[in-house]
Amino acid sequence: MSAPVLGGARPGAAAGRGAAAGPARGPSRGSAAHRAASYVVLVVFALLALGPVVTVLVAALSPESAAAGDGPRVANFADAWVQGRFGQYMATSALVAVVVVVAAVLLSIMSGYAFGTMEFRGREVLFYLFLLGIMVPAEAVVVPLFFDLRSLGLTNTVWGIALPQVAQSVAFGTYWMRAYFRTTNRSLIEAARLDGAGPHRLLWSVLVPIGRPAITTLVLLVFMWTWNEFLIPLVMAPAGQLRTAPLGLALFQGQYTQGTSLLAAGAVLVALPVVVVYLVLQRHFIRGMLEGAVRE
Amino acid sequence: MRGRSPRGRLTPYLFLAPALAVYGAFLLYPLARAVQFSFYDYDGLTVGTPVGLANYAAVLTDEGLRDAFGHALVLIGFFSLLPLLIGLVLAALLVRSRVRGLPLFRTVVFLPQVIAMVVVAVAWRRIYAPDGTLNQLLRAVGLDGLTRTWLGDYATALPAVGVIGTWYSTGLVTVLLMAGMARVPPELYEAASLDGAGPARQLRAITLPAIRPEIAVALTLTIIAALKTFDLVYVTTGGGPGTSTTVPSYEVYRRAFELGEVGAAAAVGVVLTVLIFGINLVVNRVADRQR
Repeated sequence: MSAPVLGGARPGAAAGRGAAAGPARGPSRGSAAHRAASYVVLVVFALLALGPVVTVLVAALSPESAAAGDGPRVANFADAWVQGRFGQYMATSALVAVVVVVAAVLLSIMSGYAFGTMEFRGREVLFYLFLLGIMVPAEAVVVPLFFDLRSLGLTNTVWGIALPQVAQSVAFGTYWMRAYFRTTNRSLIEAARLDGAGPHRLLWSVLVPIGRPAITTLVLLVFMWTWNEFLIPLVMAPAGQLRTAPLGLALFQGQYTQGTSLLAAGAVLVALPVVVVYLVLQRHFIRGMLEGAVRE
Repeated sequence: MRGRSPRGRLTPYLFLAPALAVYGAFLLYPLARAVQFSFYDYDGLTVGTPVGLANYAAVLTDEGLRDAFGHALVLIGFFSLLPLLIGLVLAALLVRSRVRGLPLFRTVVFLPQVIAMVVVAVAWRRIYAPDGTLNQLLRAVGLDGLTRTWLGDYATALPAVGVIGTWYSTGLVTVLLMAGMARVPPELYEAASLDGAGPARQLRAITLPAIRPEIAVALTLTIIAALKTFDLVYVTTGGGPGTSTTVPSYEVYRRAFELGEVGAAAAVGVVLTVLIFGINLVVNRVADRQR
């Protein structure tokens, strides 16, 4: 049967049965007109995709008023960082992201290892319980989370922002790591066992090192989801001392009608970490977001 | 794994325990609590009173909530159907033409997926602003009459938010469909052309059946993205003007944390979850049956 596993909890936590985007190869035919039309479409749609990005970049580099002189104004970024407090917001985001990524990936490796390589009672039921979580949107859980964590004194803490996101990421991560562990070579596992490696040594010294690509993809996806998350930090930290970067940007936008260059510079800063990592390791992003659900 | 010591039999559970604990406490338990909340009239401060299914009935009868789900339906058209149509044409054109630069194209059109939605919203607010890029373009080509405050006009606010969704989804859908189409053996098309089948016929008879799984994934992902539009609406319009761009996820937030209608908010969240489960099931069922 197929696993009905498509992402709800975290945007793009999905599960494509499609192959990873490989280089497209077509037949050698195709008239010159077809090629020309293809180039036009290629360029037009690339420009459409980049348009809004360029708009913000240009605004971020523009002087606040015409009187301030011309030429790109890199100082806007420094102003956003200090006056706009984006430095502070980015630090909060980094802290939350580190907690979520480390916790979610470690827990997912362990649970995926159990589901992927061991047999035990209740395995199927428990696995489907995790699959359920991939589809649950944050909108459904955020209301009780706020009231319950407030009574525990966990709102306005890093834990209150991070733990719900760890839970969401663990649902996808368990699914993702299980798929990796199921593809690992059985004989490798047997050989390690015969060498006297216990389950811990087998996992941390054998399977994790060779599973680096799968783990890297998971790290990047969880980092992206956490960095870009908006609803959970908005709800869980109402006091305002713990503002993640997207939250800081949204509130800055709401508060100041002036300062559009500063706002744009802040927007660039907020987007930058994920975009830079994406440009360097894009294969992981595209593969991770499109691929996922393997047929069972 | 048979014939292990009692300690060995516990091993899988020990590896599972930490993940299950966090997952249970911060996702499953809150989900159950959301269902519980949804049967109460609760303001978040005083003790709630049980109201049975009234909060669910409100999803159908309350004009504000009905409108929000109606808007979500419109957004699905922009986030999902429109990108699917554009993506099909783009992918069909590009995948078999031997143009250079496809990897770069893929990188560029996928970019909207990794940018925080709040940043996307800030960018598009500039485009839609009274003196923004769109109105400047219209004035430049002499269409001054068409300029308006796109996000502040009752007639255009929802489509304007929708277009942002189209921008956001189209690259993802195109990349997905291109991956699917690249799998189709080129000989099939050559045989079809020899038989006199034109491009439209080839698309219907060869391409579409072959990429059904990719279409299913594309639809599921983008429909869910449309249903979960929160940050985009929060930053671009705040649900306005009036209530012309409210969406279910925005209603969850507004009712729970601004209006003190916690039970109703929980019910909307539960309905949203059920919808997402249902869409997953239906889309995958349909994709499976036709294989």
